[in-house]
Amino acid sequence: MSSIAHHSTAHDSAHGHHDTQSTIVFGFWIYIMSDCILFATLFATFAVLHTHTLGGPGPKELFSMPIVLAETFILLTSSFTYGLALLAAFRKHQRQVIGFLIVTFILGLSFVVIEVTEFTHLVHEGHSWRSSAFLSSFFTLVGTHGLHVTLGLVWMLGLMIQVKRHGLTHVTQRKLTALSLFWHFLDIVWIFVFTIVYLMGMI
Amino acid sequence: MSHHENEATDIEFGSDHGTVKSYIVGFILSLLLTIVPFVLVAQHSFSNDTLYIVIGLFALAQLIVQLVFFLHLSTKSQARWNLNVFIFTFIVVMILVVGTLWIMVNLDYFMMH
Repeated sequence: MSSIAHHSTAHDSAHGHHDTQSTIVFGFWIYIMSDCILFATLFATFAVLHTHTLGGPGPKELFSMPIVLAETFILLTSSFTYGLALLAAFRKHQRQVIGFLIVTFILGLSFVVIEVTEFTHLVHEGHSWRSSAFLSSFFTLVGTHGLHVTLGLVWMLGLMIQVKRHGLTHVTQRKLTALSLFWHFLDIVWIFVFTIVYLMGMI
Repeated sequence: MSHHENEATDIEFGSDHGTVKSYIVGFILSLLLTIVPFVLVAQHSFSNDTLYIVIGLFALAQLIVQLVFFLHLSTKSQARWNLNVFIFTFIVVMILVVGTLWIMVNLDYFMMH
């Protein structure tokens, strides 16, 4: 009798716990969707202004496609390795989680480094965000994405430390789930940057 | 890992977190959907207008692949709300982008004529 009573209370509290976890992840999903709308405004701005080069060079002359393609592959692969880290987290393989997170982190960091190098190169050549409306909207859109990736990296570093310290608890699993949504979302935004800014710019 | 255990974590986090296989399939499809439009643009396979439409469709296909294989959006009851919010956001994004372009292109046209 007492064991049944004990079982039912344990079940109730576990259920409440599950509800909170999924509500928090859902809340984070809503934040990501609002971030989507932020990016939509930047894409719309870029779409309107991309022809306004003020007589300066356009995307065809400015962007190097092999580098952009490399950035795309790096980000795609990092999305994949993050997925593997998340799967390992649910299987409670802590070493694998840390391993995949390190790989993801290195890939994400190389993406940011390549992007910053490209930006510095453009500015040194005299094509800064002050040169034309096209470049202003380009730097704002691509820069905002890069800033998101950078923040994701800081967050990932924090999570690696937490997983190392506290192990794979419900809390760290939930945080890893939230970051996975964020990281995959950034990959999706990059697909549109790649298509709209770079591929369509090459046509 | 037992099926039951898998189910428990699904319920806990409000959505499915997929399998290694689903991530591999998603990754390969994403790579293909990146390389094909790149080659099409590099070789200039179609006329300009057709190219814009074709690579736009590739981006949309890639969006769906990543939503399904990486973000595990589905019509299953646990993930249903995530999907609903996404569809709402997608509509807002479309109104925002298409609306902006419509207004600005019109404005441009009437300024010039």
